[in-house]
Formats: sequence, C-alpha cells, structure tokens
Amino acid sequence: MRTRILGLAAIGIVLAVGMASGALAQATDAVIDRIKAKKSISIGYREASIPFSYIDAQGKPTGYSTDICIKVAATVKAALGLADLEIKWVPVNLQNRIPLVANGTVDISCESAVNTIGRQAQVDFSSPFFISSTRFLVKSKSGIAELADLNGKSIALPINSVPERLIKSLVERDKLNIRIVPVRDNSEGFLALSTDRVDAFSTDDILLFGLRSKAPSPAEYEVVGKPLSYDSYGFLVQKNSTVFLSLVNATLARMAREGDLQKVYQTWFEPLGVPLSAPLATTFQVIGIPE
Amino acid sequence: MNYAWNWSVLFQAPYLGWLGQGIAMTMMVSIAAWIIALTLGTLIGILHSGASGALRLVTGCYINVFRNVPLLLQMFLWFFVVPELLPKAAGTWLKRDLPHPEVVTAIVALGLFTASRVAVQVAAGIAAVPRGQSMAAYASGLSTLQRYKLVLLPQAFRIVVPPMTSEFLTIFKNSSIALSIGVYELTAQTQQIQSFTYQGFEAFTAATVTYMTIALIVTALMTVIERRIAIAGPLARG
Repeated sequence: MRTRILGLAAIGIVLAVGMASGALAQATDAVIDRIKAKKSISIGYREASIPFSYIDAQGKPTGYSTDICIKVAATVKAALGLADLEIKWVPVNLQNRIPLVANGTVDISCESAVNTIGRQAQVDFSSPFFISSTRFLVKSKSGIAELADLNGKSIALPINSVPERLIKSLVERDKLNIRIVPVRDNSEGFLALSTDRVDAFSTDDILLFGLRSKAPSPAEYEVVGKPLSYDSYGFLVQKNSTVFLSLVNATLARMAREGDLQKVYQTWFEPLGVPLSAPLATTFQVIGIPE
Repeated sequence: MNYAWNWSVLFQAPYLGWLGQGIAMTMMVSIAAWIIALTLGTLIGILHSGASGALRLVTGCYINVFRNVPLLLQMFLWFFVVPELLPKAAGTWLKRDLPHPEVVTAIVALGLFTASRVAVQVAAGIAAVPRGQSMAAYASGLSTLQRYKLVLLPQAFRIVVPPMTSEFLTIFKNSSIALSIGVYELTAQTQQIQSFTYQGFEAFTAATVTYMTIALIVTALMTVIERRIAIAGPLARG
C-alpha cells in the first residue's frame, strides 16, 4: 500500500514536472523573446486612422486601438514579470504594415486592419475588436445615396485597401461609368471630396464618421449607402507567435468581460455619434471568453 | 522572420500585366517630364548665363523656388492646391474634365522640378567654356545669338553630358513620387501587387531590379553619346 502511494506520488511528480516543463516550453515564442531581450514592445500606429489610431495635437499616437494596445503592453509586462517595459511607437501605413509585422520591426500593429484570408498568409490577427462596413462620404447637397448614383461621376478610393477592391469589383460587375481617383490616405480622400475633385469618398464607414467629425463644418458632409461589406478589425502580429497572440486575446477577453472595452468604445465613438451597434455588442460577448 | 516566399506571383496574371503597365507608366512619365525638363531647363540655363540682370533675377527665382521645395510637396501643390487658386471654371476643368489629371500633373510637376536642376547644369556648363572663346566670338563680329549657337552651346553641352546623365537617372527614380497623387507607376503597381497577394518582398524585388535595369541602360546609352560627340582639343577629357 505504502509503496503504491509512493509510486503514485512519483508518477504525480513526474507528470507535474513534465507538464511544468511543457508549460515552460510553451511560454515563449519569437515575439516574446524579442520583447524580453529588448525590454520594449514596438506598437505600430497610423497617422490618420481616426478614431482608431492617429496623431493628437501634441503629436502623440492616440485612439481606440492604441488605448487597447497600452493594456496589452501591461498584460505582457505582468506575464513576463518585467519591472519595466518601454513602448516604442512605430508609424505604419497601408502599404508597409504587413511587411513590418512579418519581418518583426513591429510586434503588434494597433490600428484598423481588416481581417482577410489573404492577409492571414503573412500575419496573424487578434480577436476582432471592431466591425465596420464600406460606405460613402458625400456632400449633403449632392443627393447621392448609393453606388449607382455615382454613374458618370467620380469617387476617391484609398490606394491598395479592401474597400478599393470591393468598389472596383462592384463597378465592373454593374458596368458603371465611374471615374476612380486613387488617394494615398484618408485625409487626402477627404481633401479630394472637399475640393470637389470627386463626388464621393468610400472606405470603412467608421473612418468616414471620423473624417466628418473633424471637418470644418460636419453638417456639409454625410455618410450614406447601405453597408457593402462586413469587415472585422484585428491587431496584426507575426505569424506563429501563439504565446504573444494569446496574451493579446486574453487582454481583449478580459476587457470585454469586465466592460472596459465597452467603456473605451464609448470614450472614442460617442463623440462621433456612433453608438455601440448590435453586431459589435455581440462580438464583444463572443470574444469575452473566461480565464 | 516568418514569411512565405512565393516568387511565382510575379509571373501570374494579372500581376505580370500590372508590372508591365507600371514599367510603361514609369517610362512614359519620366521621358515626357525629361523632354519638358531638357527644353525648359536649357532655355532657363542660357538666360541665366546671360548678361541681362533682370533675366538673371527671374531665372534665379525660378531655379531657387523649384529646386528648393521638396518634389513630394510640389506634386501635392500642383494637384490639390493650384486648381483651387485658379478661376473656378479653370479649376473645375483641371479637376474634372482633363483626361488623366494625375498623370498630366505628375509630368508637369516632375518636368518643372527637373528643369530647375537642368538649368543650373547648363548655366554651369556655359560658364565652364574658357572666357577666351566668348571674347574671340565677339572679336570675330558674331552676334549674341551666333555666339551662343556656334561657339558656347556646342561646347557647353558636351561638358554637361555627365551631370545630365545623373539628372536623367534621377528623373526615373523621382517618378515614383507620382504615386502620391494616384499615378499607377511601377512603385504603385508593386504596392498593389503586395496588397492583393501580400507577397510584398517579391514585388519590391522585381521593382528594384527594374529600376536598376533602367538605370544601367540609361548609363550605357549616355556613355555611347558622350563618346560619339567627344571632340579633341582643350576640352577633351582623358
């Protein structure tokens, strides 16, 4: 009996040690190693992706995504037991964010990247933290409400973006005569619209609301059209960095569960007049998995 | 680095076609801008080297403005700001009715920018012709026009061939700035391939090789020209 207990205890110890070492082996990956070695985490931000990630009046990165990633950095700091973790802000744009995450310059890109199957070949995405749809920003007096109303007119589209591809394919499918003006970023798209170079600017509707709220006279502009897509936003992390990615998702889960995410949402989106939508409320429930 | 390499995207439809279109657009914008730059730059360079103080002031202003304002900013100003400063009808025409406004704007902006650099080279070339040549032309009774046409310019142009080669090379590289106003030249097409396939490194490698090939061809061409037009004498170079 005594030997059996000892035997069981021995097996138990072996198992426990084995599991612990297994857990140790699982507790790291390339991104975690990098953060540990440099005692800093590099977070990608955008210059004009309002209200997700943009430069405030003091020139500092700020926004909804940025706020969440500051929490992610805190989680990583606690999980690694680091006394100090410096946040390095790295500016990214539509063209370079995927290469910069893939080559490890940026540990996590916190802005407004739509999760697509194609992109997953190069980077991994966190849990969704926002849902958006492609719509149009037009001048209130223009009377434009749908894509078909733009026949014979012109539209600005952000170069190399998901909305650009979507609108181009719709224009081709419906054989519409719409002149497409590619623009480099959202502020240039707004400039093209406000100077009457184009009749509409199309991108994710929330970015359009952001541009409208920053306009000198918001009443002159309107976000119109039925949603043309259903896009979920995720943070970009390097592929196969499971440990880091679970820390990111755990942060999102905890924030969603405890209502922090909803509060951060309100801080950034209420001023734009965009209340929490039903699909997004459900998304928050889905990502709020227990500890 | 975690990156799934796939070189075959470069040879697939439609990406191969996009690269081809990008190369064609880069060549078109660069060569059209070079024609403007060479014509206008030579003219301004000649005027700048002349004796008239007023002309020197005007051409000097042009050179300083266009050479010192960053090209990216100039493109932006021509595309977004200039149509707003013009009378409403002209501005609307530029924005709405001009075919391919972004390409035309890019060619004009790049041409005017490079013209200022060409002008400086041409003026320097004229100044590098020994003073005795100019004096001898005067003494022989040649008019100012004849002096430039028969004596100064034929020598000055030979002197400036090497720096002009650099300017010609630079215009191809500077043409990539046109993507900031929506011209789908080589760099923009490369970015588009990246956006569709997420194979950015392959696409950028292809663009790098293309720019280098263009540069090597231009260099070889200019070397041939330089040899062909070389003259023996005090200006001949070792």
